[in-house]
Amino acid sequence: MEILVLVKRVPATDSQIKPAADGKSYDPAGLEFVLNPYDEHAVEEALKTKAAKEGTVTVLTVGGKEAQKDLRTCLAMGADKAVLLDPGQEFDGKSLSEALAAKVKELAPEIVFCGKQSVDNDDAQIGPRLAGLLAWSCLTDAASLEIGDGTWTGQRDIEGAKEVVEGKLPAVISCSKGLNEPRYPNLKGIMAAKKKPLEEGSAELGAPALTVIALTPPPARPEPTIVGEGPDAVDALMDKLKNEAKVL
Amino acid sequence: MSRYTGVDFYNLDALFTEEELMVRDSIRQWVSDRFLPLVNEHYRAGTFPMELVPEMGELGIFGPTLPDYGGAGMNNLCYGLILQELERGDSGLRSFVSVQGSLCIYPIHAYGSEEQKEKYLPGMIAGKLIGCFGLTEPDFGSNPGGMITKAVDDGDSYILNGAKMWITNGGLCDLAVVWAKLDGRIRGFIVENGTDGFSTRDQHGKFSLRASVTSELILEDCRIPKSHILPQVEGLKGPLGCLTQARYGIAWGAIGAAQAVYHECLDYSLSRVQFSKPIAGYQLVQNKLVWMLNEITKAQFLCWRLGNMKDDGSMDFSQVSMAKRNNVWMALECARLGRDMLGANGVTDEYSVMRHMCNLESVITYEGTHDIHTLILGHKITGIPAYD
Repeated sequence: MEILVLVKRVPATDSQIKPAADGKSYDPAGLEFVLNPYDEHAVEEALKTKAAKEGTVTVLTVGGKEAQKDLRTCLAMGADKAVLLDPGQEFDGKSLSEALAAKVKELAPEIVFCGKQSVDNDDAQIGPRLAGLLAWSCLTDAASLEIGDGTWTGQRDIEGAKEVVEGKLPAVISCSKGLNEPRYPNLKGIMAAKKKPLEEGSAELGAPALTVIALTPPPARPEPTIVGEGPDAVDALMDKLKNEAKVL
Repeated sequence: MSRYTGVDFYNLDALFTEEELMVRDSIRQWVSDRFLPLVNEHYRAGTFPMELVPEMGELGIFGPTLPDYGGAGMNNLCYGLILQELERGDSGLRSFVSVQGSLCIYPIHAYGSEEQKEKYLPGMIAGKLIGCFGLTEPDFGSNPGGMITKAVDDGDSYILNGAKMWITNGGLCDLAVVWAKLDGRIRGFIVENGTDGFSTRDQHGKFSLRASVTSELILEDCRIPKSHILPQVEGLKGPLGCLTQARYGIAWGAIGAAQAVYHECLDYSLSRVQFSKPIAGYQLVQNKLVWMLNEITKAQFLCWRLGNMKDDGSMDFSQVSMAKRNNVWMALECARLGRDMLGANGVTDEYSVMRHMCNLESVITYEGTHDIHTLILGHKITGIPAYD
């Protein structure tokens, strides 16, 4: 089974994001970048699928040269080959998913795994948009997955319930955290990764449909008010909770 | 606590390959996710987290420099970085791996027969067989050449008698590499746990290395097949060759412990407010933090250079002594300073600094005490041994 995993290099989740001088993007200076945490689950699920069904796992990202490091991490985890596509221009969910759909047709996998969203801009569009463009079945926010013969059964955690769904292959699976426990790149995997192919090309990106017009930091938290200390402060605190915060 | 990102004041990362950094980061993440949540429970109980050993085998951290028998064939910088990250977790974790790799897998690989290598190495590298190293005796620590454990030739077997002490992993072992005198010459023997006449007794009451098992090995008319002698080495150079490997790893490990302390102290001092500001804003606290950063940075360069020399074959054991001596001392000093900086909080296991401080008292003592390494270096530069 040919398996494709889509991954992205993103700022670490504990990064302090600062807007860049243009006021529309973030300043990458001083940030630590990592493989998108949900994508680690996508890679793990792809490797488990390969173990059950054989075949090859290709991992693909659209990004700059620095994303080679993240692709090597995926290769060290056990992926067979990697593809790095240079975007050359700004993109949004629409233009990126169109470029990915073109590449998916070329690579012809039977299943595509991706994280349910990337933690940088969190728009969670790529999985469902890609499935739509390909007219494939799609499981979003997958919490479990079983692949049968030409079919799949998956589970999603929805508000207050678990939803079990099934579909036919080919499919796009967007992966959530409960799906599996991603493996650590082991030392043999790291040694093997440098001998695996990492192919570079360009993403065929069209015009984006969205334009970011402003990126601003969230408002600073107001200074806390200390209403007093000990039992004497209880009345004042209750009053504030009732009449100012209106939470009681 | 902020996420642990190590200490790299001089952009030393630029001197490592992408692969070396990936090894470091993978082990760092494993220690954060899998080991640190368990360490206090084991430290309090005086046990080692054996439940993690299969994962450690899967990661490939036992004997990672060996190119055969299941080893990953990594260079010595990778090996050092692995031990650095393990000791960031706890010196007991690093000790477990040093003993398995440098003191057990190494001598079997370097001094063993083909049959011994095939029998033991794949299982040890996979973490399915645990080894220990029996050199030190109750009355022979810094002077191992005086050992009284004896082997006697008895037809198709050897009979071992004696006692070994302060043996890391002793009570956990499947096999022990035991050093004993055969006709007055020091030889290495593989003793499988379960052999008649071989027993272990765990040593209790340690204030240090509590998440590590330390034991006595007792050999009472212990009969082993002749095929269990390590054929390729005779004399003190056998065990000393192993110690050079282990000391190399300890020099790296100590940096990890110091980095853990520094990270915790920097974090704490930035958030702990006394009088009008965070204590990080006071000169006495800054002085301690800068001392730590300064010493950690120097120690990193010692080890980086040492690793390169080990890889190109030019490393001398006395250079290992300098790195072990300096780095463990600086890590212990960092931990003592750091314990102080955390005030009353620093004596609890909510923070790691006192655990590291107590551990490092053992690390500065074992594998050649600080003073013995001074004498090794003194001997090297003057040509005159200060010991007998």
